[in-house]
Amino acid sequence: MALIEAQEIAKIYRLGDIEVCALCAVSVSIARGEFIAIMGPSGSGKSTFMNILGCLDKPSSGRYSIEGVDVAGLPRDALAVIRNKKIGFVFQGFNLLPRTSALENVELPMLYDGLPAGERREKAAAALTKVGLSGRENHHPNQLSGGQQQRVAIARALVNNAPIILADEPTGNLDTKTSAEIMELFVRLNEESNITVILVTHEHDIAAYSKRVIRFLDGKVVSDGPARGL
Amino acid sequence: MINIPSTIKISLRSIRVNKMRSALTMLGIIIGVGAVITMLAVGTGARQKIEEQIASMGSNLLIVLPGATTAGGVRMGAGTQSTLSMGDAEAIQKECPAVLYVAPVLGGVAQVVYGNQNWSTGVTGTTPGIFDIRDWRFSEGRPFTDDDVRSASKVCILGQTVVDNLFGSIDPIGQIVRIKNVPFTVIGVVERKGQSATGQDQDDTIFIPVTTAQKKLFGTAFPGMVRIISVKAKSAEDLSSAEKQITELLRQRHRIGPKQDDDFSVRNLTQMMQAAEQSTRVMGWLLGSVASVSLLVGGIGIMNIMLVSVTERTREIGIRMAVGAKTWDIRLQFLIEALILSLIGGIFGIILGISGSQLLSMMADWPTIVSPLSILLAFSFSGIVGIFFGYYPAMKASRLDPIEALRYE
Repeated sequence: MALIEAQEIAKIYRLGDIEVCALCAVSVSIARGEFIAIMGPSGSGKSTFMNILGCLDKPSSGRYSIEGVDVAGLPRDALAVIRNKKIGFVFQGFNLLPRTSALENVELPMLYDGLPAGERREKAAAALTKVGLSGRENHHPNQLSGGQQQRVAIARALVNNAPIILADEPTGNLDTKTSAEIMELFVRLNEESNITVILVTHEHDIAAYSKRVIRFLDGKVVSDGPARGL
Repeated sequence: MINIPSTIKISLRSIRVNKMRSALTMLGIIIGVGAVITMLAVGTGARQKIEEQIASMGSNLLIVLPGATTAGGVRMGAGTQSTLSMGDAEAIQKECPAVLYVAPVLGGVAQVVYGNQNWSTGVTGTTPGIFDIRDWRFSEGRPFTDDDVRSASKVCILGQTVVDNLFGSIDPIGQIVRIKNVPFTVIGVVERKGQSATGQDQDDTIFIPVTTAQKKLFGTAFPGMVRIISVKAKSAEDLSSAEKQITELLRQRHRIGPKQDDDFSVRNLTQMMQAAEQSTRVMGWLLGSVASVSLLVGGIGIMNIMLVSVTERTREIGIRMAVGAKTWDIRLQFLIEALILSLIGGIFGIILGISGSQLLSMMADWPTIVSPLSILLAFSFSGIVGIFFGYYPAMKASRLDPIEALRYE
């Protein structure tokens, strides 16, 4: 059974009398343990697709299931639970809470999962160690470099043992050297922990770290195949 | 599941980060709660003082005053005519079943001398009934008796103020004082009562038998004349029937025809006191409306600042939603923040209210009492205001679209 199964999903926006198809009947199947890069120019529908994959948005039509559970029709709070347990987000702008220590940022998903404080602390510290940030638990985001902030965000995505990490241009704000380090971290997590990584990028060298590349254009998938040959 | 302690911690942090703004937001609540506490303190203090005064004056009290004289068409006002007599007092005692005690009073101001000390005070000529009517208790000695009244003996009972001024530390019992140069033996001292409702010193007085006052000190327009008659009814319920019985009896005794006006009047002192209490209640309502207006304004301030806070933290809300915060997780976070703001405001308001009440007591000499109940009441008021005005911003936060919120700059 596929981990993620998207069938004929469409997202249609209505602008006055015109219907704009941000996403037109896209079908994608993703198995556990894949490492996928989603590419395409701006306005190609890749962000809309990621938002739907991440249960932040609902498709206008089509079926979408995670681990066999149909999530397209679920109410708001049920989607929040899916995001909490199944999906870890990594953003281009890191999206860490300001004035909040690295440890507390990583604890955040467990806070909404209702874990007791002691367990939260322990797991968050372990996740920070896993991304190579032990010793920085009490640093606030403004005391960390961009690469370190992105590592904190990755630790936050890992901490609830979510099977999927969705990364939206995770290296967009980082220099080449740091980008490579972050991508190596994704590769390691994918290989060692069998975490499914789906990332959006425009850069070919970043997409080269993946095993499968899906290209979007005008709301449609134009190519879907192995990353070799880029 | 919602994690309350963590939510409180998050709220406290955001209040701490915006110290100045939070303090200004609380100001409305602080003033509102302070006004509630002060209002209740003034109200309770005034009521207690009135109750004490009613108790010191004696309860269920009626006073019979003579009517007004008319001199050449000019009416002189109540109490100027001399129409009441010892006989009237005795008849009221005998024939009015609703009456418990009666004391006729004839008094005046006189100079009192002891040794080389002298003092001007009110001399009350009366019968032993007055001590029961006005609830006077004796700190020393004994009241004069009906025999003393019958024989017009020269004995007197002193109030504390007179004792303080004439005797100092000397024991007055058995000493001779001269009132208008007539020697009287001191046989008793009554306990201190303090000020009356009108601010008079009730202890600045001397009691002597009414007959002695009539014959030896003040003289009378006719034999047995008295100035007023004090009456104590059997109970509060008997007050109006006692008033009716006295009026009927005196009209009959004074031979007043059905169409003629009374040549006396009966006054109910407890009712007058209750009217005074009513006016403090009005004062309390006034302060109460000030308090509710400031609480309302304070609440609107909290709503305003919470709306600003929700807008400022849109991105934070988006992040929380992305990692799994449900509707009520977000709603409760902002609701608790509003509640904490208003409760901290409430605590400062209580401090302000207590010090304000004490300042009023000190500066304006108003009696104020801050009761624990009023503190509890004011504190819960501030909490209710926080929840009421915090709900809309919290709801707005919880309904944000996560994608829009994450994109918010």
